[in-house]
Amino acid sequence: MTVTTASPGIERELSDIVGAANCIVDPGELRTYECDGLTGTRVRPRVVVLPATTEETAAVVRVARRYGLPIVPRGAGTGLSGGALPVAGCIVIGLSRMKRILAIDLENQRMRVQPGVINLDVSRAIAADGYYYAPDPSSQSICSIGGNIAENSGGAHCLKYGFTVNHVVGATIVTAEGEIVELGSAGADPLGYDLMAVLVGSEGLVGIVTEAVVRILRTPEATRTFFATFPSTDEAGACVSGIVAAGIVPAAVEMMDRLAIEAIVKATGVDWPLDVGAALLIDVDGTAAEADHTATRAVEIAQLSGALEVRTPRDARERQLMWKGRKSAFAAVGRISPNYYVQDGVIPRSEIGPVLREIAAAGARAGLRVANVFHAGDGNLHPLVLFDARVEGEEHAAEQVAGEILKICVRHGGSITGEHGVGADKAAYMGEIFNEADLETMNFVRCAFDPAVAFNPGKVFPTPRLCGDRPGTYVAHETEIAGTAGRG
Amino acid sequence: MNEQLRTFDELLSDCVHCGFCLPACPTYKSWGYEADSPRGRIDLMKGLHDGAIEMSDTVVEHFDRCLGCMACVTACPSGVRYDLLIEETRAEVEREHRREPLDAGFRDLVFSLFPRPDRLKLLAPLLYLFRKSGLQKLARDSGAVNLFGKRMAQLDALVPELSLAQLRARLPAFTPARGAKRGSVALVAGCVQRVFFPNVNASTARVLAAEGFDVTVPQGQGCCGALSLHAGRDVEAKAFAAALLDRLWPEDGERFDAIVINAAGCGSTLKEYGQLLRDDPARAARAEAFAASVKDVNEFLAGVEPQAPRSPVPLRVAYHDACHLAHAQGIREAPRALLCSIPGLELLEIPDGDQCCGSAGVYNLLEPDSAAEIGRRKVDNVASVAPQLLASANPGCTLQIRSLLSARGIDLPAAHPIEILDVAIAGRS
Ligand SMILES: Cc1cc2nc3c(=O)[nH]c(=O)nc-3n(C[C@H](O)[C@H](O)[C@H](O)COP(=O)(O)OP(=O)(O)OC[C@H]3O[C@@H](n4cnc5c(N)ncnc54)[C@H](O)[C@@H]3O)c2cc1C
Ligand code: SF4
Ligand code: SF4
Repeated sequence: MTVTTASPGIERELSDIVGAANCIVDPGELRTYECDGLTGTRVRPRVVVLPATTEETAAVVRVARRYGLPIVPRGAGTGLSGGALPVAGCIVIGLSRMKRILAIDLENQRMRVQPGVINLDVSRAIAADGYYYAPDPSSQSICSIGGNIAENSGGAHCLKYGFTVNHVVGATIVTAEGEIVELGSAGADPLGYDLMAVLVGSEGLVGIVTEAVVRILRTPEATRTFFATFPSTDEAGACVSGIVAAGIVPAAVEMMDRLAIEAIVKATGVDWPLDVGAALLIDVDGTAAEADHTATRAVEIAQLSGALEVRTPRDARERQLMWKGRKSAFAAVGRISPNYYVQDGVIPRSEIGPVLREIAAAGARAGLRVANVFHAGDGNLHPLVLFDARVEGEEHAAEQVAGEILKICVRHGGSITGEHGVGADKAAYMGEIFNEADLETMNFVRCAFDPAVAFNPGKVFPTPRLCGDRPGTYVAHETEIAGTAGRG
Repeated sequence: MNEQLRTFDELLSDCVHCGFCLPACPTYKSWGYEADSPRGRIDLMKGLHDGAIEMSDTVVEHFDRCLGCMACVTACPSGVRYDLLIEETRAEVEREHRREPLDAGFRDLVFSLFPRPDRLKLLAPLLYLFRKSGLQKLARDSGAVNLFGKRMAQLDALVPELSLAQLRARLPAFTPARGAKRGSVALVAGCVQRVFFPNVNASTARVLAAEGFDVTVPQGQGCCGALSLHAGRDVEAKAFAAALLDRLWPEDGERFDAIVINAAGCGSTLKEYGQLLRDDPARAARAEAFAASVKDVNEFLAGVEPQAPRSPVPLRVAYHDACHLAHAQGIREAPRALLCSIPGLELLEIPDGDQCCGSAGVYNLLEPDSAAEIGRRKVDNVASVAPQLLASANPGCTLQIRSLLSARGIDLPAAHPIEILDVAIAGRS
């Protein structure tokens, strides 16, 4: 590895572009960018730059490339797979200052936003007009649209409405060459390759999103919510399958197990019962008549599946409280355990019961508890492995259990990530799902956009890969750039 | 578990780095710097704690720029006690960090004035002369170029014009309950409140009496220690707290049904006395009992059936949530309920109302640029609902919002909710 020593030249050039205050080199300040929502590993970046415009971003990328610095894009830093984890000697390009809403076109249901705009702020800006932005990760009150695009984030309501990829129709990106490129179009079916589908979910490997055109939807006329408790996750799982089999597409079906319920009650004070094995939180929506009808059917199915109790919120406030409970679940687990490891995997819906039992057993073998709160409708599990980092060896054991969970998911015909991405965390597990040829093919795509592997190197792919036969990322010495020295 | 007895290390480890606090934080909103977010500041604390970083000027600056508004405490789903963390950190900064002489000097000046009503009283006529003499303009013109100058100008801009009558006003030591007596309370007079807003204390005593409570104002009250505590001057804060405790809740003195306070910042500190004086063997138990009986006046009145009839006050009133009421004490509904008990009054909600106004104790004096930026957002939001009157339960917020509005040429009258209630009960308008 090439270690570049501090060179004020880079700092000066970057400061000239974004202003000294937005070019961060102080060791204390850099510390606050050492990790994202995945805290197990920390790497201090060499420099963090916070541009304000697309042009500044492009100029920053060009400087970084000239000096051969790896580039790590960062949104709000809530990612759970270490996607925004710095790599040694890198420049972090943070989009937190690019948070303007640029245009709202209600008639055509489009909105143009900067990448640092918070997911929920998109919906807030149009709520009064009866519109909203559908993808709703639980972190929606803080995560950025840029991060959502990179991770193809989903949320509770993606069961009916689809993931980010279904809701972003265009983007301005800065490429690894520092060029500004427009992808997609505001129209319905763009000509040529659908490059948006390549960009969305690319985890920062394809380009830095500096503007996005998102699709916005009419707020459904009516939403009916209910909360049902069950003796165990088996009955709750059967209920989910039953509802889907009846031809109902609920807007959201979220499952919480006993531990998760305990955490949520502690954190938010909702009056949910603690002596149950599992709970479902279900939304159905549509026109008022449709929502009423499907809600009645779904409640019947819940009762037939062995529900202990079914509650419906009395008013909008109570409904909001129920959802707030669900959405703060991850963080709420901090109330019942000093540390936890958030896993993300997908399984066929029919396997929920058996998989959860295997997961609990894997935890028990390691002496650790596992809480579950997840998108049951599409079988997207989020097992939370609880541990105490201060107890020697527990963190390691938790990582082992988390890894085992992925293998369980794959064994049951599922996948290693539903919505949190591969990032740095799961790169090693890519081989569980893809063979060499698959990975090679994916690498071709990456190299088409970023032949020098400047963006997010070391992420997503299991072994460091290069493009073509280049001998590796070349890091120019500053003297070379200044023209006072050269190689060969 | 008793949160307050957990070690700093344990409190730090509660943060899981999820970022849910970021959008709640006014300084992160202003600049988008991670180091100016609650999560980033906690990271800095961790770094200092395990020796990964040093307490440099830059690091200290990020702590200094924290408003102490506690919006992050409300936002955090993991229950991180940022309030305790920043208090401890500030104390450490004051102990271990050498500030530049000018910075240190101004801090000393502020702390030699604000927590001391007697000296504040002297300041008021001096500033009056300063304004009339034309020196003010000179200072403003020349002062705008450096931080010290900005800070002085800020101090001057914030101090309201006082009438001589106000300066002489005295709060009666005892006001008997009117009508059926329902109990007896002691009133904490507060420093800034007492000097700059004496009417608020007078209204508080009248309303409490009208609602059937004997009101005692224990004499010789000093500062409660809130300002010092929030700035890391913990030794000073503890001394203030001990002295006030001995005044209001002496070993074998009179016990009241409640200790009532009408300034939000003081209230949240009074409720923390148990924690603050836990290492003082002669006072720990007393402080605990005292803290448990402290009630913000809004909270206290919302908890009793209204007894005095209210006459109409037909005004559009915007209620401003003081951070130390909403975030630090969780009091949001009570003041709204009180205002809504007044016929004819139309209550307006300020957009983004849970954001700080930038006053934050003496923050606007110490960090004028940041306070102005945060204040600008607040004032935009206040102005957007076009109120006729601003209801604000904290003197610092009232000073800040009014001074920023008047800089825009808007003269919005402001009153403590209790003053509005006083008017309604007295039937004046
Ligand atoms: C409590 C909690 C709950 C969560 N719940 C969900 C959930 O329900 N569903 C879900 O999908 N996720 C969830 N997440 C994960 C996370 O919030 C999402 O992955 C989110 O999209 C990340 O956004 P961010 O702005 O924080 O991005 P970051 O974490 O900063 O970055 C994520 C990735 O995107 C890249 N990136 C960021 N901005 C850009 C850009 N402008 N251009 C190109 N690349 C960029 C980064 O390099 C990185 O690889 C949760 C996280 C937490 C902490
Ligand atoms: S303080 Fe709370 S909300 Fe903020 S990052 Fe830490 S755990 Fe999350
Ligand atoms: S107290 Fe206020 S300013 Fe300080 S970190 Fe918390 S939210 Fe930000």
